[in-house]
Amino acid sequence: MNDFVSLWSYLSATPLLWLTATIGAYLIAEGLAARLGNPPWANPVLLSVLLLSPVLVLTKTDYGTYFEGAQFIHFLLGPATVALALPLWDNRATIQKSVIPILCALIAGSTVAAGSAILLAQFFDLPFSVLLSLAPKSTTAPVALGISEAVGGIPTLTAVLVILTGIIGAITVTPLMNILSITDWQARGFAVGVAAHGIGTARAFKVNPIAGAYAGIAMALNALLTSLIVPILLKWLT
Amino acid sequence: MLRTLGLLLGCQLIGEFAARGLGLPIPGPVLGLVILLAALALRPPLASSLRPTTQVILAHLSLMFVPAGVGVIGNLEVLSSDWARLLMVLTLSTILSMLVTVATFIATKRLMYRLQNE
Repeated sequence: MNDFVSLWSYLSATPLLWLTATIGAYLIAEGLAARLGNPPWANPVLLSVLLLSPVLVLTKTDYGTYFEGAQFIHFLLGPATVALALPLWDNRATIQKSVIPILCALIAGSTVAAGSAILLAQFFDLPFSVLLSLAPKSTTAPVALGISEAVGGIPTLTAVLVILTGIIGAITVTPLMNILSITDWQARGFAVGVAAHGIGTARAFKVNPIAGAYAGIAMALNALLTSLIVPILLKWLT
Repeated sequence: MLRTLGLLLGCQLIGEFAARGLGLPIPGPVLGLVILLAALALRPPLASSLRPTTQVILAHLSLMFVPAGVGVIGNLEVLSSDWARLLMVLTLSTILSMLVTVATFIATKRLMYRLQNE
């Protein structure tokens, strides 16, 4: 028993343990989601968080210790954001074809996504730090974390809110559009891409390839626009 | 692979420099994205050499959110006291944003179509 304790205290102090645990949890989560048929509510990120958090709490590991290992994965968010330029570049012909609807819908949708979050947070009397963390919720996680940090929010809270937003968008988009009998796949895909980033985009690809392509364009463009408008909206609305 | 990684990090670095140096509220990696887009516009053949590595990175994008997501254990207080209101804000705001986006997209598309046919 003592051996185990000393082994644990050695392992838990090296980055290796939590780095491996993060990748392991994600692989389990991905397998579980695949077995369930990848429904929008069984999101691998959410499942990974649900697997890892109790382990950290039970082993009394603080987030700082965990992050020393996990930071190697977290760091890749930066270059991954830069890499979003490539799908945007590959889709330039599609964007040019309907540039006016794309730009108008992007500006309107992005403003409402961030603006309504700020106004609703005030209406529901949420703490100011939570409001700041909510504002970039519709944009893709690496960008949202950067915005949250830049405006003084809590990046780790933003991460959770971004994932929840993606899941809500992915679950509601199809019933919502069907109720309104909207059959334009470009518009449907673009809407879920603006409001629910990568998780919404993944959902759109599963429903229709055109919707998926437009969702991907919307997500990438929204990453650019949200970082410009969130600071402005915060100044105006709060 | 190494060249692509170097280029991505280089774009991010210039982006961070510009964002901090000019005091912009935009995250450095987002500026890095714009810089890479500009590089692709200047040298289109760059795209095919970047594609293999960027596709691998983007295919595993979800994994990269996990460390930040686990940060939820530091925010359990906020989440446990405000979860109902948070869920309400997220749901209303997400649906509202989808409605406005889809309406604007369809309206401008019809307008463009009518203008082109006149």
